[in-house]
Amino acid sequence: MGFVSWLSQVGSVTKLSLETIVERKGASAAAVFGIAGVVAVFVAVLSVAEGFRRVMTASGDPSAAIVMRAGSDTEMMSILYGTGVRVIDDAPGIARSASGPLACRELFVVINLPRRSSGMDANVPLRGLGANAFEVHDRVRIVEGRRFTPGCNEVIVGVGASHEFAGLDLGAELKVGRNRWRVVGIFTAGGGLPESEIWTDAVVLQAAYHRGNSFQTVRVKLASPDSFDAFRDALLADPRLTVKAIRLQDYYAEQSRTVQNLITGLGTLVAALMGIGASFGALNTMYSAVATRTREIATLRALGFGSAPIVISILAESLVLASLGGLAGAAVAYGIFDGFRAATLNWQSFSQVAFAFDVTPALLAQGGGCAILIGVIGGLFPALRAARIPVATALRET
Amino acid sequence: MNGAAPAPADDLLVRVEDVEKAFHRGEEVIHVLRDLHLTIPRGEFLALMGPSGSGKSTLLNLLGGLDRPTRGRVIVDGRRIDRLSDRQLAAWRARHVGLVFQFYNLLPVLTAERNVELPLLLAPLTRVQRRRHVAAALGIVGLSHRARHYPRQLSGGEQQRVGIARALVTDPSLLLCDEPTGDLDRRSGDGILDLLQALNREHGKTIVMVTHDPHASARATRVVHLDKGRLGTEAPP
Repeated sequence: MGFVSWLSQVGSVTKLSLETIVERKGASAAAVFGIAGVVAVFVAVLSVAEGFRRVMTASGDPSAAIVMRAGSDTEMMSILYGTGVRVIDDAPGIARSASGPLACRELFVVINLPRRSSGMDANVPLRGLGANAFEVHDRVRIVEGRRFTPGCNEVIVGVGASHEFAGLDLGAELKVGRNRWRVVGIFTAGGGLPESEIWTDAVVLQAAYHRGNSFQTVRVKLASPDSFDAFRDALLADPRLTVKAIRLQDYYAEQSRTVQNLITGLGTLVAALMGIGASFGALNTMYSAVATRTREIATLRALGFGSAPIVISILAESLVLASLGGLAGAAVAYGIFDGFRAATLNWQSFSQVAFAFDVTPALLAQGGGCAILIGVIGGLFPALRAARIPVATALRET
Repeated sequence: MNGAAPAPADDLLVRVEDVEKAFHRGEEVIHVLRDLHLTIPRGEFLALMGPSGSGKSTLLNLLGGLDRPTRGRVIVDGRRIDRLSDRQLAAWRARHVGLVFQFYNLLPVLTAERNVELPLLLAPLTRVQRRRHVAAALGIVGLSHRARHYPRQLSGGEQQRVGIARALVTDPSLLLCDEPTGDLDRRSGDGILDLLQALNREHGKTIVMVTHDPHASARATRVVHLDKGRLGTEAPP
């Protein structure tokens, strides 16, 4: 048999297999649904880690730095007093605007608010910000309402916090202890961490929490990412200060490490376990879809079709079904989970980080790869088996 | 053993010489066929009879190139098929043998005409040529009006007719039928036997039919009995 006639045989029998997919509605649909389920689960679980990672990396402006008391690992543990803070303002490397150095003094407290979904209390960061806050946090945009007015009991709320926690709608009154705050604005921060926070004027927060003239951190905008070393060295060398300066990216990386590792690790583990379970289900479906055709395959072989063209045709059929399943699963994952909002506790700050599941093209591609793999394994092995059994034996199989 | 009247070598379509077929089941060796000699002249309608396990279907598989003997020679139309590779055997079957199965073995997802067309997909024919051959084969078995029906929409007898049309469509030199009426009621079975007889008499097809049924074997031109892997006495049809 020449190669051309072999190819033509492959073509005929593959065409036959593909044309009859619709005729085998039941088995075909079961295989497509099975694989769609695997891909949807796989992509959805990994999109959690991807969403969390995106929040943390979106917060990391390379030309921003944070100054804390030496020895503090987190904002919560830091305290800076008025005199020291003024020295920081004058350090080299800080960007300047018409209103002065781009250094924002900040206070950070955690308040309790009920989640919208469960009504259970959760820790939400309430941050007080000094002058130039919106120049230092230059990714922040007010999307509803306006900025808070310095000196007034007004807050603006990150869009993530607003979605996740009750009582943070525009115009709502927020009661914390004996204090009442009016929500006057909702803001975005390029998908970054501030979107999980509530912001107000630092001076008002100092008074409300009896903090005197103290702050916890100074957030600075550097003239350029390269200015950091000069800035840090100047602070460390100044005998009036006992502080440390960290690039914001590094700070967030450190702050989010535990949670990110947990989500990524746990997410991958869950995706892998569910994926393996679901893959076996899908494989089993594909396997039985082919196995029930053992006698059909034997008949084709008895009529003179070669084993290899039959294996190729079944593989092609199972790849088509797997691709359909992959596309359906990816569409479901994207439609349902992309942008799905959630929040988790960031253990270092003891406060919630709101984030959205992020179904990225890379995750969709990975889901597609997973579908193809199931298609190959699910189609190839039963096809090989069916093609290897002696024809006379296979003809007797029911 | 072959009790048929000697025929000139050219007139012999099938020669089975000194054939043995054994299967291994663990340590045990089961001899299904032993010292088998059989010749089948062109144009004969041969019925192979015998009890279950006597080796009838095994012999039919050897004649159709679906299996190879452990020892001996199987020569069909002058070609020694026991020496062919799997791939060569597949190509040989496509051209020279028509197979009719007890349970029809139609592909349920294909219509009658597409089932009949299957063996033609292996031949260098255009679609139009294939359609012409399919129409002719369905015409011979009297099922032109059921061409677009799926197997599930056909009776057992009609399905077997489709199976026969599929076996005929490539105009093979040898038709091998394994219990072709085994799954049919008497009336449908008679219809199939009428058809096979007509194919033998009017179209000159050489037919080997395995059957348990004396009523079926009565239609053959010669009947041979197999018992425990050996050819027994021949009986007149």
